[in-house]
Amino acid sequence: MNAPSPTPGAPPRLRLEGISKVYPAVVANDAVDLVVAPGEIHAVLGENGAGKSTLMKIIYGVTRPSAGTLYWEGERVEVTSPAQARALGIGMVFQHFSLFETLTVAENVALALPGKPALDELAQRIEAVSQRYGLPVAPRRHVHALSVGERQRVEIIRCLLQNPRLLIMDEPTSVLTPQAVRKLFDTLRQLSAEGCSILYISHKLDEIQELCHTATVLRGGRVSGHCRPAEETPQSMARLMIGKDLPVCEHGPAASGGELRLRLAGLSHASEDPFGTDLKDIHLDVHAGEIVGIAGVSGNGQQELLQAISGEEIIAEKFPVQICGVQAGRLSAAQRRRIGLCFVPEDRLGRGAVPSMSLADNAVLTAARSAGLVRGGFLAFARARHFAAECIERFNVRCGGPQAAAKSLSGGNLQKFIVGREVLQTPQLLVCAQPTWGVDVGAAAFIRQAIIDLRNRGCAVLVVSEELDELFEICDRIAVIAKGRLSPVRPVAETSVEDIGVWMSGLWPGAEPVPADAEAEAVDAAA
Amino acid sequence: MDASLFTSMLFATVVAGTPLIIVALGLLVSERAGVLNLGAEGMMAMGAVAAFAATHTTGNPWLGVLAGMGAGLAVALIFGVLTLTLQANQVASGLAVAIFGVGLSAFIGKPFESVALPAVPAIRIPFIADIPLIGEALYNQQALVYFSWALFWAVLWFLARSRAGLVLRAVGESPASAHAIGYPVIAIRYLAVLFGGAMAGIGGAFLSVFYTPMWVEGMVAGRGWIALALVVFATWRPLRVMIGAYLFGGVMITQLFIQGSGLQIDFPSQFLSSLPYWATIVVLVVISRNPNTIRLNSPASLGKPYRPDA
Amino acid sequence: MLRLEARPAPSRLMQWCSPLLAAALTLLAGMAIFWALDKDPLEGLRYFLLNPVKDLYGVSELLLKATPLMLCAIGLAVGFRANVWNIGAEGQFMLGTAGASGVALYFAESDSALILPAMLFAGAAAGALWAAIPALLKTRFNANEILVSLMLVYVAQLFISWLVFGPWRDPMGFGFPQTAMFHDAALLPTLLDGTRLHLGFVFALAALAAGYVFMNRSYTGFKMRVAGEAAEAARYAGFSARRVVWIGLLTGGAAAGVAGMAEVAGPMGQLTDKVALGYGFAAIIVAFVGRLHAFGSLLASLLMALLFIGGEQAQQYMNLPSSISMVFQGLLLFFLLGSDVFIHYRLRLGRART
Repeated sequence: MNAPSPTPGAPPRLRLEGISKVYPAVVANDAVDLVVAPGEIHAVLGENGAGKSTLMKIIYGVTRPSAGTLYWEGERVEVTSPAQARALGIGMVFQHFSLFETLTVAENVALALPGKPALDELAQRIEAVSQRYGLPVAPRRHVHALSVGERQRVEIIRCLLQNPRLLIMDEPTSVLTPQAVRKLFDTLRQLSAEGCSILYISHKLDEIQELCHTATVLRGGRVSGHCRPAEETPQSMARLMIGKDLPVCEHGPAASGGELRLRLAGLSHASEDPFGTDLKDIHLDVHAGEIVGIAGVSGNGQQELLQAISGEEIIAEKFPVQICGVQAGRLSAAQRRRIGLCFVPEDRLGRGAVPSMSLADNAVLTAARSAGLVRGGFLAFARARHFAAECIERFNVRCGGPQAAAKSLSGGNLQKFIVGREVLQTPQLLVCAQPTWGVDVGAAAFIRQAIIDLRNRGCAVLVVSEELDELFEICDRIAVIAKGRLSPVRPVAETSVEDIGVWMSGLWPGAEPVPADAEAEAVDAAA
Repeated sequence: MDASLFTSMLFATVVAGTPLIIVALGLLVSERAGVLNLGAEGMMAMGAVAAFAATHTTGNPWLGVLAGMGAGLAVALIFGVLTLTLQANQVASGLAVAIFGVGLSAFIGKPFESVALPAVPAIRIPFIADIPLIGEALYNQQALVYFSWALFWAVLWFLARSRAGLVLRAVGESPASAHAIGYPVIAIRYLAVLFGGAMAGIGGAFLSVFYTPMWVEGMVAGRGWIALALVVFATWRPLRVMIGAYLFGGVMITQLFIQGSGLQIDFPSQFLSSLPYWATIVVLVVISRNPNTIRLNSPASLGKPYRPDA
Repeated sequence: MLRLEARPAPSRLMQWCSPLLAAALTLLAGMAIFWALDKDPLEGLRYFLLNPVKDLYGVSELLLKATPLMLCAIGLAVGFRANVWNIGAEGQFMLGTAGASGVALYFAESDSALILPAMLFAGAAAGALWAAIPALLKTRFNANEILVSLMLVYVAQLFISWLVFGPWRDPMGFGFPQTAMFHDAALLPTLLDGTRLHLGFVFALAALAAGYVFMNRSYTGFKMRVAGEAAEAARYAGFSARRVVWIGLLTGGAAAGVAGMAEVAGPMGQLTDKVALGYGFAAIIVAFVGRLHAFGSLLASLLMALLFIGGEQAQQYMNLPSSISMVFQGLLLFFLLGSDVFIHYRLRLGRART
């Protein structure tokens, strides 16, 4: 793969000089320099919290820099709004999509275009672009009816309709199956060949190696290096990114023959959320001393499955959810906790922890009974503080102490606290959703190790994650959830990332025939 | 029922429904932008007293309507500053507006309590007003009744067909996304709140200048709250606001007609007077019973503060 | 140019200073209003701030006014903390007066010592029953409790009106819409001779203390706070959302009902159609100004009582409508909500650094 040879003497498409962004509590960007040539696919690499997203928002005019200068095709510019950025020729595909669920695809596209495009004519233009770049979407469908992958295509098409000369992609592959990632890369290469520059934000080293011509690495808001990914190894780029080698978890073989701790016996449940996914006849066993992983593209029923297990959603019958031998389908979340279940939810602030409350109070949230933090109906403040302090110390949580508000912690530290709070209750069964999502590399390794250690002490663990690499690192057995159905469970040693990737589009051996509307999705994901 | 009774009940129902339509459509627009303004009662009260004072002073009911609109705007502006600029809780700020508006209107209105205004003549639309049964009831009406119909079509067109309406709906659904693609969320929400305030003011003006026409403390009598309930009942759709408002008008008028009919029924008048309030509760229950009805139709960001991090 | 800048952490100082700032701004705005009305601002202040508390009797009247406010506000605070928006305390108060009056009138011949406890119970139960309607409709049908509880205020007012115009009207009352005066066994004893301050004030203090223990010390109160701060976290922890709604509304209703009982068994001595003077609505402001905290509610009740009495004085001596106190109440809440911005933001001079 070769970088396109820029026209001699032509100015770079985009040049940043000394860009800084200071928030009251944190310096997000500190004197960042960046040069993107025409037609170049340029990676911005860095771990969570390194300042990638802030930098992109500055380029796209969503956020104003505190200091520094932008040059667009040689001209000094001040980008004050996304509309102006689009007028210059900058498009952006957001990590958390900026789509409106109750509007149609065409309406969503119209909102980002200047003037007043007629929706019918726009629909034709959408179809033309989607054919040209292999991004199938139906312009008249409502966004809430689309899968995550389709939504991303809408975002990309919305940018392409304005003929951008720079396309910013913020962590685009986190919502895709490995096969869909291949397809996306083809589209991006086609764009690059047509002269469109691409800023590709990611923390996934293998993808950057495969796709990008050049890379700028950020660490702690500053540029820590530039490189040509093709000439690097993942290890050398990781050192640039985190300043040391990637930590590796110690993971021995699972003990066999542990007792059954979780059994899903034909769990079916219609989602309460009108835009949600219904669960269909799910069977799963998790035993003491093993970690079972569930992979899948987000929005395929993970939320619903987790809520049915945790008791946040109570299902119609008792038997489909059996926890530690108890038929628990009708039990509340608190009752399930009493029979040995602990749960680390996906959302930390607002679900796993109450943002404005102290860590001591947040300890009471789930450990009230199991750790004796309530006595005779009254809060035992000293015990709660003591429990929180122990959690802070054992799990290396960096914070202002047990009285610090949960929202004052960084994502990684709060996640360590929540995992610690659940682990310290010595559960029989631990369920983790996205345990390391948005967490820096050091904290992620720590959390994974904590989960493995818990398994080694005889706990049964179920991990639901969208990060395949993570599941392959810590799990003993793995399954895939797609459209509310669960695939067979395979020992990790007997499968591969590629196989699981194919399963993620619902095509596993013995899977029911895919319904018509899902077919296109599955086919182009598998293609 | 004889024909003239039908006509006069229909006439009265339309009149009773009109302020609800005007106010509820205004609230609907601000709620579609994601702002819940519980202060409708206060904005109506301020509109009513300002309109009455202006009409009494100038003798011109149209200046009164303008004054009512201005008062509604002013109170809505306070609400906007609190919730949009200062990020205050929308529920608490709305309650503050309701309490403040009702209180201030009582204070301002004290000197006008025993004054009456001359009735404003109705506008008769030639020919169609001669249609039997309904002509007199529908087409020989106050100008603001016709205004409420025009407002309905305007809001319907604005939300469903216009680009600005699309942007407004987008802001109400996801302010963060709208901001990310470059729309001035706060400014749009201000406009929506001010529109709601202006309509609430006009609705109040209708009560004190055209409907009664006089000023009595507490004369809005919960109509602002009923209008808020109507928007929920209508699942944020203009046509259902119209239907709901006339249904309510019908309930109010029916109980008045029964009370005034001299029918010797053994039923206390207070219980009849409470019918519209019970009707509001029943309607809320019926529409809220299925959580998905509300979830699917309500603007997703309704009541949630949004502040772009610039 | 002035602009707001987010604080790294919310300011605890401003949390408590903002009500003081709001009170000060209300004071300034009040003086401006007097000035605009061609009244002497200082004289206005004297009637509003000093006259009411210039002697022991004045202070006792202030505490008397504060009694229903404290009771209603602490009940509302329990709900508001959990995002249960009961704004119908006015109606629950009225039902409380009706429940207590019913007992007093039914046992008009008796002078048993049990009458007062029975009235207290009936008042609390009637208030709670009225609040149970929005609770039931919220938990069962998901109906918005703000609108339902508010509609029931109008219904309650009409119900009281029916009682005093109809079945409970005093036959010796010259046709006035009021019941007969209660006899002594149905009246709360006064605390100080020569004043109207009665045992209800002790109820109010007890309610504040109980409210404090419940909200800040008990596990159930903790669950209520979690539900208010983060509903998803409450669901995750397994706290019942329905129970939160029931507790929030029943507590508010019962407290308002007790306030109603204390009003008819205290200074009123009978039920009339003007029994509720807006205490239930004013209590909403009290609860907010008092930061949904028991001790804060105590202070805020005193402040609001001052505004009520000041309004009466302004009517009596300055020829102003008594509704001026409602204007001040509204302003107080506006200023509070506005000042609260400084808990999370601070004011900076000049543009963002470039």
